[in-house]
Amino acid sequence: MNRHPSLTFRLDHQSGLAPYRQLVDQVRHAVSSGLLQDGDQLPSVRDVVTQITINPNTVHRAYRELEHQGIAEGRAGLGTFITSRSRVAPNVAERTSLEQALRDWVIDARRAGIDEETISELMRTALRQDGDVRS
Amino acid sequence: MNEEESVLEAVNLDKRYRRTWGLRECTLTIPKGRVVALVGPNGSGKSTLLRMAAGLSEPSGGTLRVLGRSPSPGTDDLRERVGYLDQDRPLYRSFRVAEMLRFGEMNNPTWSMDVAKNHLALLDIPLRSRVGNLSGGQQAQVALTLCLAKQPELLLLDEPAAALDPVAREDLLRLLMRQVADSGSSVVLSTHALSDVAAICDYVVVLAHAHVVLSNDTEYIVETHRILSIVGDSDLAPPPGITIINEQRSARGRSLLVRVELPFNDIRWRVDRPTLEEIVLAYLREGSPHRDGRNADEIENGAR
Repeated sequence: MNRHPSLTFRLDHQSGLAPYRQLVDQVRHAVSSGLLQDGDQLPSVRDVVTQITINPNTVHRAYRELEHQGIAEGRAGLGTFITSRSRVAPNVAERTSLEQALRDWVIDARRAGIDEETISELMRTALRQDGDVRS
Repeated sequence: MNEEESVLEAVNLDKRYRRTWGLRECTLTIPKGRVVALVGPNGSGKSTLLRMAAGLSEPSGGTLRVLGRSPSPGTDDLRERVGYLDQDRPLYRSFRVAEMLRFGEMNNPTWSMDVAKNHLALLDIPLRSRVGNLSGGQQAQVALTLCLAKQPELLLLDEPAAALDPVAREDLLRLLMRQVADSGSSVVLSTHALSDVAAICDYVVVLAHAHVVLSNDTEYIVETHRILSIVGDSDLAPPPGITIINEQRSARGRSLLVRVELPFNDIRWRVDRPTLEEIVLAYLREGSPHRDGRNADEIENGAR
């Protein structure tokens, strides 16, 4: 087991994304890119706080969210680990990653100045196209 | 909703100086285990609130409870449980750092020499140095270390990072966060640096003209504010269920920073998420969002 995975968090305070969300996303990306694997330990809250200037509550919050998403699990007295279920049960992971991708897309679309109406229209169009393909 | 334990509770708290109000009808509850930013222009009441919470100044009216007790210079157990760092960071300049630590140890039953020495070792501050010979940043670190080594449940810090260079500032905030991680202390710190607020605080209190104009969890604040913008010289009324905090008009259109109280779906407005800094700045600019006749506390309660 790899005790010290090379995961270095960074925060962008101009992103408009809550700091805990940014940590969650960075772990998710690390898992999907293979940087973090099943059973790898996430840095301890104290390590993260030493690494970057961040509120420990934010790190706890991010790790709880990762547990909730089934990506990590807390082991009493040991720390937080990437769970093997994140591979075994792709439905949860796939779904949350799709949700995340959509959220990211919406953020990008807003940044590009696309308004809510156009976003809704694009979504409806895409859904219609999907329906066309199926039928 | 779960009743969170609070470390500080003020109800209609007033502080009257000879001719002005230091704090007026201040009502707020600060939950335990948070890192709270106290933000506001000079003279808005930040230091007044911190000094009263530390028992160094008496309220003129209303009630104030800190860790469930009424703070006053005579409340001995609060002196041990609360660490207060004054804006001026009083240190004995002719003392050596080690002497300051011994002084702290003699005066504080809950003192941890290990905590003090570990912090100073991490910062490369030699115990033999005379305080007066240290840089401003190092003096700030020593002052904060003295405060942290008491291992208080609640830290009240009046502009702990003011006038520090960026590296010293970062070191100081990390030192503070490490302490929070290790001991779970609650922190209330006043600051002008909104970037620090975004980095380390999970609760924000904005003071303006001796009043509380915003007090909440940062995540909640970010989730409940939006920027609405519209192109054209339209006088279109904003959708119902929002409170305008700040409005900016240009030749090309209008941009409103609003608090969203009800979901709305009005496609004529472009909707963006503001950063925490933008939101706090909007409250600071406007002073108080009482355009619709309500005060900030009522708006706060209505939003829950």
